[in-house]
Amino acid sequence: MQTILEPGRAEKNYWRDLWHYRELFQVLAWRDVSVRYKQTVIGVAWALIRPFLTMLVFTVIFGKVAKLPSEGTAPYALMVFAGMLPWQFFSTALSEASNSLVANANLVSKVYFPRLIVPTATVVVAFIDFLISFLILVGMMLWYRFLPGPQILLLPVFIVLAFFASLGPGLWITALNVKYRDFRYVIPFIVQFGLYVSPVGFSSSVIPEEWRLLYSLNPMVGVIDGFRWCILGGEAALDWRTFGISMAVTAFFLWLGVRKFRATEKSFADLI
Amino acid sequence: MSDNVITVENLSKSYLIGHGEPREKYHSLRDAIVRHGKNYARKAIDMARGRQIIQGDSVEEFWALKDVSFEVKRGEVLGIIGRNGAGKSTLLKILSRITEPTTGRITLDGRVASLLEVGTGFHPELTGRENIFLNGAILGMPRADIKRKFDEIVDFAGVEKFLDTPVKRYSSGMYVRLAFAVAAHLEPEILIIDEVLAVGDAEFQKKCLGKMKDVAKCGRTVLFVSHNMAAISQFSTCGLLLERGKNILSGSISDVIQNYSISQERKKINTSIKMREGSGELRYTYANSEKNRYTPDEIKTFNFEIRALKNFPNKIYVSGLVKLEGEIIVQFDSRLVNTWHQIDNTALGSIKIVHPWMRPGIYTVDLYICSIEGIIDQFEDAIDFEVFPLFPYIGGCDDGALRYGTVLADFSAEFNVT
Repeated sequence: MQTILEPGRAEKNYWRDLWHYRELFQVLAWRDVSVRYKQTVIGVAWALIRPFLTMLVFTVIFGKVAKLPSEGTAPYALMVFAGMLPWQFFSTALSEASNSLVANANLVSKVYFPRLIVPTATVVVAFIDFLISFLILVGMMLWYRFLPGPQILLLPVFIVLAFFASLGPGLWITALNVKYRDFRYVIPFIVQFGLYVSPVGFSSSVIPEEWRLLYSLNPMVGVIDGFRWCILGGEAALDWRTFGISMAVTAFFLWLGVRKFRATEKSFADLI
Repeated sequence: MSDNVITVENLSKSYLIGHGEPREKYHSLRDAIVRHGKNYARKAIDMARGRQIIQGDSVEEFWALKDVSFEVKRGEVLGIIGRNGAGKSTLLKILSRITEPTTGRITLDGRVASLLEVGTGFHPELTGRENIFLNGAILGMPRADIKRKFDEIVDFAGVEKFLDTPVKRYSSGMYVRLAFAVAAHLEPEILIIDEVLAVGDAEFQKKCLGKMKDVAKCGRTVLFVSHNMAAISQFSTCGLLLERGKNILSGSISDVIQNYSISQERKKINTSIKMREGSGELRYTYANSEKNRYTPDEIKTFNFEIRALKNFPNKIYVSGLVKLEGEIIVQFDSRLVNTWHQIDNTALGSIKIVHPWMRPGIYTVDLYICSIEGIIDQFEDAIDFEVFPLFPYIGGCDDGALRYGTVLADFSAEFNVT
């Protein structure tokens, strides 16, 4: 095996290299997960309490106080939780990925590997949290005696979409974060702001027609609507136009994120 | 096709660094505003273009490496020597692909593993067992290999009892041993090591060096940076001397070490000449041991040069103290051998110590120039040399027979058994 190092060389074998290092991806993901649940007493409970309490508050505020309509006949709490799940996944993945490179500075400056591994591996942690929270959803469906239709089988597709929706901006911010450390303060803002412009506490059906276009520019709109459709069934009809625009925006952000990341990747070790 | 495993051609690496103007230069508010304005404008442009922001008023390109070329053959151990900031670490970082070269080309024939730090990626919360797998994967070891060598690694590190303890509870010695053990069981064709042997106790260092030698014997190639000249000379087969990013010399390890210590000496003498004690009419301008390392019974030769900075009409003599860890082992004084000289310009001289046999260790020599009026130059720690443990005795035994005494006795033993 011969390796040639010269300026710009790393570009050529990039994706092959990434595949070559898949084992490291597994190990880093496993490390993040086991560290997260190791020394925290309520580690697992935390993943349950947070979305559950948020769901309660949203149900009371939007459903009872503001009296917004649910999707068809589905209970309001169930509708909120079906939106809460992908949102929680998105926000955890985004924050973890955005801080990942700086958090792993010692690795980046001492060992070579395709840097893309670090932010993607952290998304696995968010996914484990997601699976734990999913248990609540199952419990709630039993409580409300709500049986999902066959479209629930499409749920993994939307999980993958949520993954890409968080990875795009995540990569972009983590690359910037290496250079300009104050970008980390942007994350809590995005997460907080996004919670209110995404259909978490309310149904997409309450958005007036003239605002639809602007509304669907949020990539999470498509993902959350898709989730609701899978879980609640036909009563939460999927608006294909909104969904299409959301997906296009997701794809755009992913392209932008990967491009930015690739362009600055070479200099990470010099800057970090 | 030659058997070169590593070929480096015209390798250069530049960084951008910023310079701040000295504070006093701000004469007027207008100047200051203009300067700051320019500075902010530059930063804004840098940020807009997605370039790194550099603090300081002016930006300068700094070449950490400049036109470095060398080759390493299969099975060789290359010791890289140079002062701090000579570019050694940058070179290793480029070779291990952590950072890209600015210009130049490197051809590496084989799998590379680099060890720029002991325990890279060790996580304090994880147990010893978990960290072996983590660190192995980070260093590029396939999982199957780690499993196969797991027992060997644990054995080498000697941490069987603590395998399921988080490494944050390890002593620093255990931590280093475990980390090195993982790295030592990598099986790359090319191994790159930076100052790793500077840690751990003496016994463990010896073990590590032994392991490294084995690695090289198996036809693998090792690149290795250290400030420990003894380790370098013992272990390397060839050397590379870097100075301010340039390749000064590459070749046999003894040449490289010799060259390095001479350049070090020069620097030391030049910087210390004004600060030394003594009346100062005459000064040592060069002082060095002919060899860096001697066997205990070898003749130790020290060469020196004396220069007259001012006129000194009287005859002078030289003397010196040979010290081991601060303790004076022997004294020499040219009065005892009737050597007195009057020096008008320069004089070259040498001292040869034939006896006694010296114990292994790192020695330093203080040199003096004196006249009957007193000390003219007092050059402390002018020379250092090492005596290595190759004992001149014909028999072998355990350490007990060598435990006591300041020097070694040149003796014989005869018995008349009746």
